[in-house]
Amino acid sequence: MPAQDNAEPTLTREDVVKVAMLARLALSDAELSSLTDELSQIVGLVSQLSELNTDDVEPLAHPLDSQNVFREDNPAPSLKTADALRCAPRHDGECFLVPAVLGESGSA
Amino acid sequence: MTLTTRSAAELATALQQGETTSVECTTAFLDRIEATNPTINAFLSIDRDGALAKAASVDAARAQGKSLGPLAGLPVAVKDVLCTTDQKTTCASKMLKTFEPPYDADVVRRLREADAVILGKTNMDEFAMGGSNENSAYGLVRNPWDTDRAPGGSSGGSAAAVAADMAPLAIGSDTGGSIRQPAGLCGITGLKPTYGRVSRRGLIAFSSSLDQIGPMARSAKECAMLLQTIAGHDSGDSTSINTPVPDYLTDLEKPLQGLRIGRVAAHFSEGLDPEVAEHVEQTFATYEAAGATIHEVELPHAAYGVPTYYLIAPSEASSNLARYDGAHYGHRWDGTPSDDQGINTFDSPLVEMYCRSRAEGFGPEVKRRIMLGTYALSAGYYDAYYAKALRVRRLIRNDFTQAFEKVDLIGGPVSATPAFKLGEKTDDPIAMYLVDLYTVGANLAGIGGISFPCGFTQSKLPIGFQLQGPALSEPLLLQAAHQYQQTTDWHLQRTTAIPS
Amino acid sequence: MTAESKHPFTTVIGLEVHVQLQTQTKLFCGCVTTFGSPPNTQVCPTCLGLPGSLPVMNRRAFDLSLRAALALNCKIASFTKWDRKNYFYPDLPKGYQISQFDLPFSYEGYLEVVDPKGAFEPRTVRIIRVHLEEDAGKSMHDETAGTADSRIDLNRTGTPLCEIVTEPDLRSPEEARAWLNELKLLLVYLGVSDCNMQEGSLRVDANVNLHIPQPDGRLAKTPIVEIKNMNSFRSVERALVYETERQWGEWQDTGAEIGSMPKQTRGWDDSAGVTRGQRHKEESSDYRYFPEPDLVPVTVSEEQVAAVRSTMGEPPALLRKTLAERWDIPAYDADVLVNQGPELVEYFEDLAKKVGEGKVASNWMQQDVLRMLNERGGHIADFPVQPTAVADIIGRVKKGDFDTGRGKEIFAAVLETGKPVDEVVAGMGIAAVDEDDLQKLCEELIAENPKIVADVKGGKEQAAGGLIGQAKRKNPNVNPGKVRALALELIRALP
Repeated sequence: MPAQDNAEPTLTREDVVKVAMLARLALSDAELSSLTDELSQIVGLVSQLSELNTDDVEPLAHPLDSQNVFREDNPAPSLKTADALRCAPRHDGECFLVPAVLGESGSA
Repeated sequence: MTLTTRSAAELATALQQGETTSVECTTAFLDRIEATNPTINAFLSIDRDGALAKAASVDAARAQGKSLGPLAGLPVAVKDVLCTTDQKTTCASKMLKTFEPPYDADVVRRLREADAVILGKTNMDEFAMGGSNENSAYGLVRNPWDTDRAPGGSSGGSAAAVAADMAPLAIGSDTGGSIRQPAGLCGITGLKPTYGRVSRRGLIAFSSSLDQIGPMARSAKECAMLLQTIAGHDSGDSTSINTPVPDYLTDLEKPLQGLRIGRVAAHFSEGLDPEVAEHVEQTFATYEAAGATIHEVELPHAAYGVPTYYLIAPSEASSNLARYDGAHYGHRWDGTPSDDQGINTFDSPLVEMYCRSRAEGFGPEVKRRIMLGTYALSAGYYDAYYAKALRVRRLIRNDFTQAFEKVDLIGGPVSATPAFKLGEKTDDPIAMYLVDLYTVGANLAGIGGISFPCGFTQSKLPIGFQLQGPALSEPLLLQAAHQYQQTTDWHLQRTTAIPS
Repeated sequence: MTAESKHPFTTVIGLEVHVQLQTQTKLFCGCVTTFGSPPNTQVCPTCLGLPGSLPVMNRRAFDLSLRAALALNCKIASFTKWDRKNYFYPDLPKGYQISQFDLPFSYEGYLEVVDPKGAFEPRTVRIIRVHLEEDAGKSMHDETAGTADSRIDLNRTGTPLCEIVTEPDLRSPEEARAWLNELKLLLVYLGVSDCNMQEGSLRVDANVNLHIPQPDGRLAKTPIVEIKNMNSFRSVERALVYETERQWGEWQDTGAEIGSMPKQTRGWDDSAGVTRGQRHKEESSDYRYFPEPDLVPVTVSEEQVAAVRSTMGEPPALLRKTLAERWDIPAYDADVLVNQGPELVEYFEDLAKKVGEGKVASNWMQQDVLRMLNERGGHIADFPVQPTAVADIIGRVKKGDFDTGRGKEIFAAVLETGKPVDEVVAGMGIAAVDEDDLQKLCEELIAENPKIVADVKGGKEQAAGGLIGQAKRKNPNVNPGKVRALALELIRALP
């Protein structure tokens, strides 16, 4: 759980495994151990922000205050298929090839 | 004449006046690279043939009296974070070891149209994550002033290249200080433009709301030369600023009248190396003597800069780097089973491919930041971490806005210490993160910052001074740095630590 | 008969519809969105998610989605932003989808569906939100090829989609189908999307559960099931019918109520006619939404909304009324015509104007034009016979050159041969039958049909009808009405 008052937030190994799966990283045993420590420390560092009262502060997602940037609906040349596939680890000349995608799409 | 010790401005004049040719220049720098890169490791790839071909074509065009671009025939080194069609672009990662982009970054396109000669791609911290260039998958970079020390990062390769006379001009990128800090540690000048001033199209993204591309060279004047070419609106980048680009070179020469420079007392805390503090104070004095006035200003939330940055940047990075999954490009796991007892069960062969490809392709710092970012964005933590950081970001920007009501620029250190020893901070991620202490603010606020040499330590290590200015104050930043460089010669010093 | 009347529960249905916007290019790049092109021929660094690529919003896509939202009576947000929805899948090359999370550009709308035949009460379906997002690519897995690979085609990645989410206001599979038809019609009329499910430009997921009144007065609710993979409106209806029965059966077996299990996803298998449970991946639902840093927010002013409104044509619901009033045709006719789409309505109105009689034109549209169109297939825009030609035929029938039956034959022949009406008429030997010939023919018929004459004389005037067929055989150009009238006259004049 995130920092509460002065409690030092720490991550458990289980937390790290869960995050690793979300991030699609096959961490080794050694990495799991070291990351559990390191992330706990870093989370401690970043949790300093809880010291600040930001109740009346809007988030700043974009440093520019610009809005409404559009382009017109005009076609532009696409890549040749060969160029699109050039750096693909595996392809069949037409499509990218990946280990079988079974079942429904990833989005719920 | 030793071409490699001439500044880009001098070389430009020499080329125009026919004292030398681009082929001659380019050859000189290529030879220099060949001689020094084994030690310094500033370059990941060198395009000898391509560079000489471009140089020759520029020479031919010049001989025929054809009109040439503003950087005609000048060699430039490009950080390997920018897409180039004629050279691999690796971001110093195993993940992109063989990646050949089918398109040029907008900045690269501009350099080519300006007739610059691209020498090669420079080394960097992997995916721009680091402050010492020790995170490269292709070996660390050594500081030309002391090869046992780090050049800074993540644009360590570009900084070292310029400092070691391997290139008169270089392009870097700056997300939390990655141009300014290595410039400071390597005794050169580096500018992070206002966010949006330079197009990010083709810049391999680390943290999209913080990344900016900028010039690195021996002096502000040369940074201005480069900025003039790379700055400008790009309709292919929605975050690109759509205002005209000033004439940076003309503005440079204007004398500073009534410049008000802010000094932040909190900068001079115990963590600041005394020699750095001394030279920074001396720099304020130099400006004062030149007619500027120094005013105390506060940036009350500056201490929260690093935690804010280390929430926003890794969060955006965790998303930006999700595309590196071995499916469409980049490294893919070859299917070899692993003995390790770590994470070993996967929902499907596809998921295993993702997990192992990414585990193999990314280095430890990249993994650390992806993990941190994923955690900070995940359900239940978003408000306390990422969203909170965005609010503090506004406070930090407000600090600058208020300060700039009182002063035109804010001066101070760019780094708490001069170049640190290689390996000194690699076991302590937080210590490494703190090297960004003085630089993250400008990225978070989206404003511009320039760093340039203001002295040396007893042990001949460069010390950098940073000026930060409001959005789109590049002309003033360059002008202020340039005027300082008219009356000082720190920027003209060259290392003797490597053979010249 | 709806399920409601068969079983003691209420079926509660909500829909999530994705429509591809009818732009030339993708949402964030200039690649075209043509359906059915060879794989990976409509891709570029941006939609491929190559390192360093950046998105730029398609203005027309935003305008079309505004149009859709306004047509759906939604409120338009004055400030809207883009968010990243993060998940890993091979058809999503960036590893995230650019979508809208907490500040969609429109919300709180509604669309009513009415069944002209009254099979269900008019139903107003509330719309929670309409937002804009990019589509993913396609993954194809050929089981029979025996390989362990899936093939990924990214042509579709980056196509602009409007996601329309309704409240669970629908109460039967039939209503759901009808509502989808109305939605499709609306969006086609507005030029927002061609809503072609076969080509994937409209996709539907349905959420359904049952509300079952308990003896103690409590309302028990079954767990909500999300149904995917329905490829036509008919499939949607069938799937909902099946799922309703399945949930009723399961309720009777297990009594499981909502909340007792995570929301289930089931895929519809059209050939087997069943829904099947899909593996539930719990962690895939943490999308880690955050504001898209590569896109700036969008503001929409009242003026802009008014401007978009002014470019919108009449929605079908309004057009039905307008058409009925303007041309004095029954509501049923107007409904049939409007439901065929704007091009057919345009054809009808052109015809009606030339003919001068709405109902006559409507009849011809339904009985002839539409019938032929359905038989031949194709679109009214490509229909070879123009309203002018049809009006010409109708005019001649009115004049009495030939009867309606003959007119339909001529119409068919014009369609078949592509020849002008004049030529076809001439070719069929159709000429006006002059009075003398008609007289002679009727006298012949009377002479040949003593029985009919006797019947008519005996008071059964309708028997004269038996002469018409014979008259036509003698001379196909005769007007049946004239034959009957003259025959009766002649017979009456007989002693």
